[in-house]
Amino acid sequence: MTFSPQLEARFDKLLKSYPPGRQRSAMIPMLMYAQDELGSVTDELVDEVARRVGVTPLQVNEVLSYYSMLHRKPLGKYHVQVCTNISCLLCDGDKLWEHACKKLGIGHKEVTADGQISLEEVECMGACSWAPAIQVNYDFEHFVTPEKLDQILDGLRKKA
Amino acid sequence: MPDLVKLTIDGKAVQAAPGTLVIDAAKMAGIEIPAFCYYEGLTLQAACRMCLVEVEKMPKMMTACTLPVAEGMVVRTETPQVAQARKYTLEFLLTNHPLDCPVCDKGGECELQDMVFRYGAGESRYTEEKVHTPEKQFSPVVFFDAPRCILCFRCVRICNEGMGVGALGVIYRGVLSEIAPNHGDHLECDECGACIDICPVGALTSGIYRYQTRPWEMQHVGAICTHCGDGCKTTLGVRNNRIIRGNNRDHSGINGEFLCIKGRYAFDFYDHPERLQAPLVRKNGKLEEVSWSEALDTVANRFNQIRADGGTFGVIGSNHTTNEENFYLRKFAREVLATPHIDHHRTGDVTALVDALSGKTGRMATVADLYNRKAVLVLGADLAREHPLLSFQIRANYRHHQAHVYAVTPGPVREDKYAVASVRVASGGYFAALEDLRARLKAEPELVIVFDDSFKGPDVHRLVEFGESLGIPVRYICLVDYSNSRGALDMGLVPGEGGMRLDEMLAADLSALWVVGANPFKGTPGVPGSVARKARFLVVQDLFLTETAEQADVVLPAASAYEKSGTVTNTTGEVQRLKRAINTMGAKPDLEIMGFIARQMGAAGALGPWVPETVFAEIRRTVHGYDIPLPEIDTGGAAPTTPVNGRVTEAGGPRPDLIRSDHNGLFASGTLGRYSKVLNSVLEGRLDR
Repeated sequence: MTFSPQLEARFDKLLKSYPPGRQRSAMIPMLMYAQDELGSVTDELVDEVARRVGVTPLQVNEVLSYYSMLHRKPLGKYHVQVCTNISCLLCDGDKLWEHACKKLGIGHKEVTADGQISLEEVECMGACSWAPAIQVNYDFEHFVTPEKLDQILDGLRKKA
Repeated sequence: MPDLVKLTIDGKAVQAAPGTLVIDAAKMAGIEIPAFCYYEGLTLQAACRMCLVEVEKMPKMMTACTLPVAEGMVVRTETPQVAQARKYTLEFLLTNHPLDCPVCDKGGECELQDMVFRYGAGESRYTEEKVHTPEKQFSPVVFFDAPRCILCFRCVRICNEGMGVGALGVIYRGVLSEIAPNHGDHLECDECGACIDICPVGALTSGIYRYQTRPWEMQHVGAICTHCGDGCKTTLGVRNNRIIRGNNRDHSGINGEFLCIKGRYAFDFYDHPERLQAPLVRKNGKLEEVSWSEALDTVANRFNQIRADGGTFGVIGSNHTTNEENFYLRKFAREVLATPHIDHHRTGDVTALVDALSGKTGRMATVADLYNRKAVLVLGADLAREHPLLSFQIRANYRHHQAHVYAVTPGPVREDKYAVASVRVASGGYFAALEDLRARLKAEPELVIVFDDSFKGPDVHRLVEFGESLGIPVRYICLVDYSNSRGALDMGLVPGEGGMRLDEMLAADLSALWVVGANPFKGTPGVPGSVARKARFLVVQDLFLTETAEQADVVLPAASAYEKSGTVTNTTGEVQRLKRAINTMGAKPDLEIMGFIARQMGAAGALGPWVPETVFAEIRRTVHGYDIPLPEIDTGGAAPTTPVNGRVTEAGGPRPDLIRSDHNGLFASGTLGRYSKVLNSVLEGRLDR
């Protein structure tokens, strides 16, 4: 399996960042970067990462099924993550989640029909001071209200 | 010997070597600390929290399974706090456990059941709906019931570490965590079933055993696996004259708890629909079922007739029958039939090894040596496929003692993963490869050399010369194929002066050929069609109508290894006792059959009683190296034989070209393997023969 030159370069750097024999430590970042490029973690990718870090595909599967940020199915171009953990919940994060679901007509880990936006209800993302918070791909949005959420989602639609 | 560490457990003064875990130190002092995930010999997990104990000056309770002893440590294992922790741990483990004990295979021998009985709460505060997932079939032998699983990781570790396969893992997290096989929805592995045996609950169950019985309804009989030459003890669970399961959970025998698919499951040939249950005699060209007395009379009369006419007999013995049977057969051939033509299928050149080691003692390695010695050199064989116990021992030696393993083989082997040197050789390239390794081998404190039929005749002598030239203590193992290949040789199933060898007998015009438990007419592997018989009268004793039996004039249905008592000698020359587990209607142990033939011939007096114990007593008196301590084998252990210390000569000189191993993989076992449903049902069996 081959990747873009940029990703290959990143993998090379990653594999050299760990002491000899500890290459398996590169597994999670490799999966994340590859997921960004491929859209999801495919079976082929699992085998490839396993081969490169020297573990079995099953061991890669153990790791990737543990972490919620690694996905076996493709997500939308914009992955919207809404926190409903305690701090956000106290600031109406649950209502925000319901609003998002209603607006987009999709639920947890689902993708809109046009493949542009996906939703995920997540646990604490460490933004409690600015609750309720959401995350779009790698960017945070703070103090989100239903109105602000509408704007953000509409903005994403336009960008797409 | 480092100084012992002194500590106190429950008020008892305890001494233990540095590095000992508190759980083990307590066990040595007779104090049981309960645990699920802790398993002697495997890596530590600390997953189950069952072994929590109080340690003075430590703020929280500690897991005794990961805590090494320290000087002056004060441990308490029976305080109210500990009792409460155990109770809560069990309550937690039971939150999603279905408590379907009445229909669970494990019920009655379940560690979770026992722990709850001893330490658990009678009630649960958990009122929510339990998470349930349907059971899955990983392979014909492995089933998985996720809700019963307590996530102790024992199965994952035994597969990774013990077997070196790594076919099981844990996927997802939290309450959804479950055991997963290596190929999506199914397993591709050794199918050894170690994961099932090691499971403390009924999460992993056996396709062969599930829903067959309640464990307390079985009787447990210690037998020796009849397949490969490693001689694993398999404890057969028997009910109503049927074998229901095989395992070795009591760790008795040279294999500890290790068993491969053959030892654990491939006993199932015994009730194959094609099993012979009545003697057959050829009448008008067709084999017809007759009574035992008619069949025995037919053989005895014909044998007596040939004796009177001065005809020649050929006798071919077996690699599967017991020492007693082989001994009796040889005596029968030599003393009653007065023939030197006696042989068996040789699968390794043990004779050459013993010959090359003449004058030296204590040079034959045992199964235990592969675990204890500091270095092992594997030549030729893919041990994980052909001799799984030996491979297991070497792996354990590497894990526990960091033993140096050298693998010099034609193809990749499982030992490569941890070997200090892996060398690929073409046939004939062994000695060059050994010379390259000489300096490194010389630097080892000691060595065990394991070789298969890549080394025969002069090559064995040359190998021993190489070993002796290293200047370090070297022990040897010559690999042979079947459960009693060594015994067949030791009991003298070899040609006498002027005697014909097996291949010569098949081609010779003999008055009678008597084949006991072998299939010499099956032909060459890979070539269809069997060899046609030449002998004028052919008597065959076997379990099935093999290619050889099909051509016979008289076929006598024989009992399998699990249906008779006696002793067998494994590939490392260790003797173990077989105990009869069941009887199969119509079949008789070969010893009994031979005894009856002798009686009908009026020759029984010369051969003595055909009782295994009596024959074994004679073996101990007369066969060199078999004067072994009886208590050892009577208590289920293995006693190493001490082979002839002196030149071994074979009439007619050595014929290494006639020695060939069948190289059975994990899912094949010569002719017998064809009749095992399990060996033929697993996916890997079809891929790998």
